[in-house]
Amino acid sequence: MTYPLLEAVKVAKDLGSGAAKVAALKGVSLTLNGGELTLLMGPSGSGKTTLLSILGCMLTPTAGTVRVCGHSTTGADPEDLALLRREHIGFVFQSFHLFPTLSAADNVRLALDVRGERSGSAKAKSREALARVGLPHKIKAFPGELSGGEQQRVAIARAIVGNPSIVLADEPTAALDGENGQAVMKILAGIAREQGRAVLIVTHDPRLLPFADRVVHIEDGRIVREECRGAKLQ
Amino acid sequence: MPLVFTLAFRNLFHDRLRFIATVIGIVFSIVLVTVQMGLYLGFGRTVTTMIDHASADLWIMPQGTKCFEDPSLLDMRERYRALAVNGVAEAIPVVIGFADWRMPSGATTPVFVIGSDLRAGGLQPWNVVEGQIEALSTPRAVAVDRSYFDRLGISGIGATAEIRQQLVRVAVVTNGIRSFTTTPFVFMDIDRARAHTGVPSGKATFLLVRLSPNTDKAAVRRQLLSNISDVEVLTPAEFRERSRTFWLFSTGAGAALFAGALLGVIVGTVIVAQTLYSSTKEHLTEFATLRAIGSSRRYIYAVIVCQALLNAIIGFSIAAIIGETIVQLTAATALPIVITQGLMIGLFLLTVVMCIGSAMAAIVQVTRIDPAIVFSR
Repeated sequence: MTYPLLEAVKVAKDLGSGAAKVAALKGVSLTLNGGELTLLMGPSGSGKTTLLSILGCMLTPTAGTVRVCGHSTTGADPEDLALLRREHIGFVFQSFHLFPTLSAADNVRLALDVRGERSGSAKAKSREALARVGLPHKIKAFPGELSGGEQQRVAIARAIVGNPSIVLADEPTAALDGENGQAVMKILAGIAREQGRAVLIVTHDPRLLPFADRVVHIEDGRIVREECRGAKLQ
Repeated sequence: MPLVFTLAFRNLFHDRLRFIATVIGIVFSIVLVTVQMGLYLGFGRTVTTMIDHASADLWIMPQGTKCFEDPSLLDMRERYRALAVNGVAEAIPVVIGFADWRMPSGATTPVFVIGSDLRAGGLQPWNVVEGQIEALSTPRAVAVDRSYFDRLGISGIGATAEIRQQLVRVAVVTNGIRSFTTTPFVFMDIDRARAHTGVPSGKATFLLVRLSPNTDKAAVRRQLLSNISDVEVLTPAEFRERSRTFWLFSTGAGAALFAGALLGVIVGTVIVAQTLYSSTKEHLTEFATLRAIGSSRRYIYAVIVCQALLNAIIGFSIAAIIGETIVQLTAATALPIVITQGLMIGLFLLTVVMCIGSAMAAIVQVTRIDPAIVFSR
């Protein structure tokens, strides 16, 4: 069973102002379902990152509505949006964005710390999340001591440690070699299918297609095609 | 350990050079403020040394007297009017004035003469290290401080010199009675003081009033003011405050000290603000990541304020050690730097306020942060 966790309806976004104003998104509607891994693909400048920012509650749309786990982002101020991100969304970034001065365990724990979870259980949850991504032995390692693949797995652990319903990943395999990219994708697919989360991955990489339940193609600020690939959707 | 503290601590120590520059800035600033405020306190104490060591319940002085060193004169008839007031046990005259001290070599130096009735003991030298106070009753006897031996061209007890062409002989030596004006104090019997300063025999600078036991000081003061015209009657605390106010504020000395302290605060604030701002700018992507993963602004402010507090604690601790060393080094000088417990607490609070105030620029920068930049970096 799939169920909608994130819904964007007729979302438009204008960037810049005056003569420099650009319509980055032109009425995009998209639903992310729990238990489903969705790929968002499109050429550079097609609006992928803008859409990801809006779905991730980092930007508010110029028009249209976004609902995250039933909560509308319309009229929300930056602190309300931060709360939605904190409670419902985990992020995985292309350049990992780990804190170089913190250990792997502390990097993961940070996602709980910002939610106010500071008890001993936060440490246990961080270790558990690192174990889930196959890094139980790297708890004390600093990002500089980890390979790119390991760093991305720490970033995934950070994204899931707070048990979010939605995971948004921006080019998570772009900085990795093929083998590490496949390993990271297996973890993200597992997060979607085994834990019932909605996972959206922005990518250019066609090698990720086998992991997708659904592929959404975006061009020039519009969704031009959607493919259902996963067994769950058929 | 809370992660906010860990992050702040690691951010701070990540760039050691910048951290050292920040701490030097804070230390420089706080030491400067410490020295200025310590001088202010030291000066405030030094200018009231004579009042502190006088044995008086009330001071009678000519109207408009600004400080202890003000040489205005009272008529000695006022002494008898004072003694006539019920509750006044003694009214001891004191004479002060500047004079020239001529050394055996013929060179001269100005001195500040203090004369009082030695039998009554109104204002006598203290910290006597050589000779006896009683020796000041002998002809030509004076007391000087040993820190002024070179200045006065003498070597100790028995040395002679001239004041107003009259021979004086050192009979008592003290230790640590130093003048903030750097003019040496010379204690002597009141009659000789009059002769050496040109004060007529029927005049005095102050009358030190001692009250009988269980006397109402306020009532005596009112009675003195009604009995004696053109004088002021002050308690030692009031006279101290008046002298301090005159020297610190009427002369501009206090303003100069405060201006120096203010300069220190400004320099410190600018240095800490600049380094915190550049540190925040360098870690902007990290702060954007924190924001992206859902941290509140308050959480990020806590990291920055924590960095500022760490700067404050480390910088203040070093400044306090340097300040204490300066206090030790200046203890025996004419103008010692005084650091009280209250001043230390005030300086610590000032350091904290300065560092947190400096964090404002960094906080404003973080307030404008766009979490979406994490997708483009």
